Amino acid sequence: MHADPVGVLTGAHFIDGDHACSEGAIAAGCRFVAGYPITPSTEVVERIAERFPFVGGMFIQMEDELASSIAIQGAAWGGKKAMTVTSGPGFSLMMEHIGLAAMTETPCVFVNVQRAGPSTGLPTMPAQGDMMQARWGSHGDYEIIALSPNSPQECFDLTIQAFNLSEQYRVPVLFMMDECVGHMIERVVVPPAEKIELYQRRMYEGPRENFLPFETGKDLVPLMVKAGDGYRIHVTGLTHDERGYPDMTVGTQAKLVRRLVDKIHAHADEIIRVEEQNMDDAEIVVVTYGITSRTAIPAIEQARAKGMKVGHLRLVVVWPFPEKRIRELAGRVKAFVVPELNLGQMVYEVERCAAGKSNVVSVPHAGGTVHQPKDIYAAIEKSLRG
Amino acid sequence: MPEELYELETAIPENPIEEFLRMDRMPHIWCPGCGIGTTVNCFARALETSGLDLDKVAIVSGIGCTGRVAGYVRLDSFHTTHGRAIPFATGLGLANPGLKVVVYSGDGDLAAIGGNHFIHAARRNVDMTVILINNMIYGMTGGQVAPTTPLGATASTAPHGNFEQTFNLPSLAESCGAVYVARWTSYHLRHLTKSIKEALAKKGFSFVEILAPCPTLYSRRNKLGDGLDQMVYYRDHSEIRNGADTKSVALDFQGKIIVGKFVDRERPTYLQAMTEHFGKRLGDRYVPSDEMRKLLHAQDRN
Repeated sequence: MHADPVGVLTGAHFIDGDHACSEGAIAAGCRFVAGYPITPSTEVVERIAERFPFVGGMFIQMEDELASSIAIQGAAWGGKKAMTVTSGPGFSLMMEHIGLAAMTETPCVFVNVQRAGPSTGLPTMPAQGDMMQARWGSHGDYEIIALSPNSPQECFDLTIQAFNLSEQYRVPVLFMMDECVGHMIERVVVPPAEKIELYQRRMYEGPRENFLPFETGKDLVPLMVKAGDGYRIHVTGLTHDERGYPDMTVGTQAKLVRRLVDKIHAHADEIIRVEEQNMDDAEIVVVTYGITSRTAIPAIEQARAKGMKVGHLRLVVVWPFPEKRIRELAGRVKAFVVPELNLGQMVYEVERCAAGKSNVVSVPHAGGTVHQPKDIYAAIEKSLRG
Repeated sequence: MPEELYELETAIPENPIEEFLRMDRMPHIWCPGCGIGTTVNCFARALETSGLDLDKVAIVSGIGCTGRVAGYVRLDSFHTTHGRAIPFATGLGLANPGLKVVVYSGDGDLAAIGGNHFIHAARRNVDMTVILINNMIYGMTGGQVAPTTPLGATASTAPHGNFEQTFNLPSLAESCGAVYVARWTSYHLRHLTKSIKEALAKKGFSFVEILAPCPTLYSRRNKLGDGLDQMVYYRDHSEIRNGADTKSVALDFQGKIIVGKFVDRERPTYLQAMTEHFGKRLGDRYVPSDEMRKLLHAQDRN
């Protein structure tokens, strides 16, 4: 299906990433947002609060992030596409509810405009320090999907994608922006509504008798119903069977948790998105995501101008990690160089997949600003020598 | 079991509230003498006479013994995280205002970990009925002290007695803006059933506190006998005082229990306030949600 033209501001805009994210959500059909003010993400909900009364949306500023991150799940079971928006400290508070959304297979989007931590850290300055938290922050075993935009245009485009993935796989999708991308102002082109493809939530409409709300077919994703449709469903964060009833047994635990993980693993090839440049002759591959992909470009260009064979692999979808692609490259390339605005997080995944067949060089940064291209260049040069 | 007794038991006719319960989930987890099941019975009877379309009633619970209620009631039901039933219910009710949303949970869940959500939902006057079972203790985790444990009572994490001030929940609810506030005990079956029915009929944040015994962890530790002894206590020490000043209804250890309907007033709900405000401020440019439009349309026709 296509986007509802009512919410789509077709045309060229000069806006920041936060506002582009709001517009992406509206275009994606999001009509419920719950949030709590936190720098540097607040502009997303401010624009939502301004725009929603004109597009049939409902925004509520909740009393804290715990409330925001579960109000959206209530709204999802009420039939809405729903989103919450936060930054580091609020993201930490939301962890339990990411687990709830994973466990109850509630489609919803969590936007995290990352700032430097730990704790209150640098509230107005960028970092990419929540990447592992996004993957592992809630307790227990589960899978999520996370995306990392590197421009206001992508904040628009990928927010739509985040909703589509969330609806398709009934999984919380984490939209991992950073302060730089959030506050960067660039040209954002919003296409006509009929050019925006939306994934429509797949609803069960069969008989009420013997309905199993958590039964799945081959794709491992159950059909959804919403409260008030007469199916009298039970939804619980406890380990549950296909009826949705609590069943605290080893067998049901294994069956449920494995399916929650497998439904993402089985579709990893369709979900994963990377962007590659200069990979044909690459001996060194710079692996980036988010804002760091843009600081890496001058470093890569400088290195190539000096004859070094450097390629660029950018993670657009960060979780699930493009394990297969990195394994293919490992051994064929000399080294992976991984600049991140943290002291080394996604580099662990690159190391794991490189499995000792290629060198892996981390280019860490404690956050607060972006890398100097010369630091990334130095790492490229060093990895060629090493 | 002797043959004739067995026959007698199986001959018992189907309980009229069975249609409100997920009988395939019985037996429930509650202890003998626990008051929660009794309150569910009253809730079912209140629903039965409420005239509500049960397909349009959703129940949301948090975590704890009372948190299990959602799983036993044959409604759209959501068993959420500890303390967060109210914000889940807020999202659910705003997304689908055609639903009657009931939050059914315990004192620890709603008044301790969920206390912040309780006061803000009451302040906003979000349309929901909150039924809070107050057994004065954390039952599920083994009898720890709660914000509702009376001064002097003993709990596993207050082995030398509780010295913290006890929450007066009706007063809290009233001061935050609840439109309906009542308190009963699991002894007051008819009053309680009537009260839940009234609360369900109310637009806005309605609140019913129900004192219910926890014989396993509260009564036993405090040497108060079993469930039946607590019923006798509720009978002998409760005083019905409708319209009582909620400031005067605080509970203390084995003292008098003031029960009754304390507050019944009108205030615009969150959705009414929002719709009216945007209508005035934005005029024709305001687009209510699809569900709100349907609801407003239906109201216009009536």
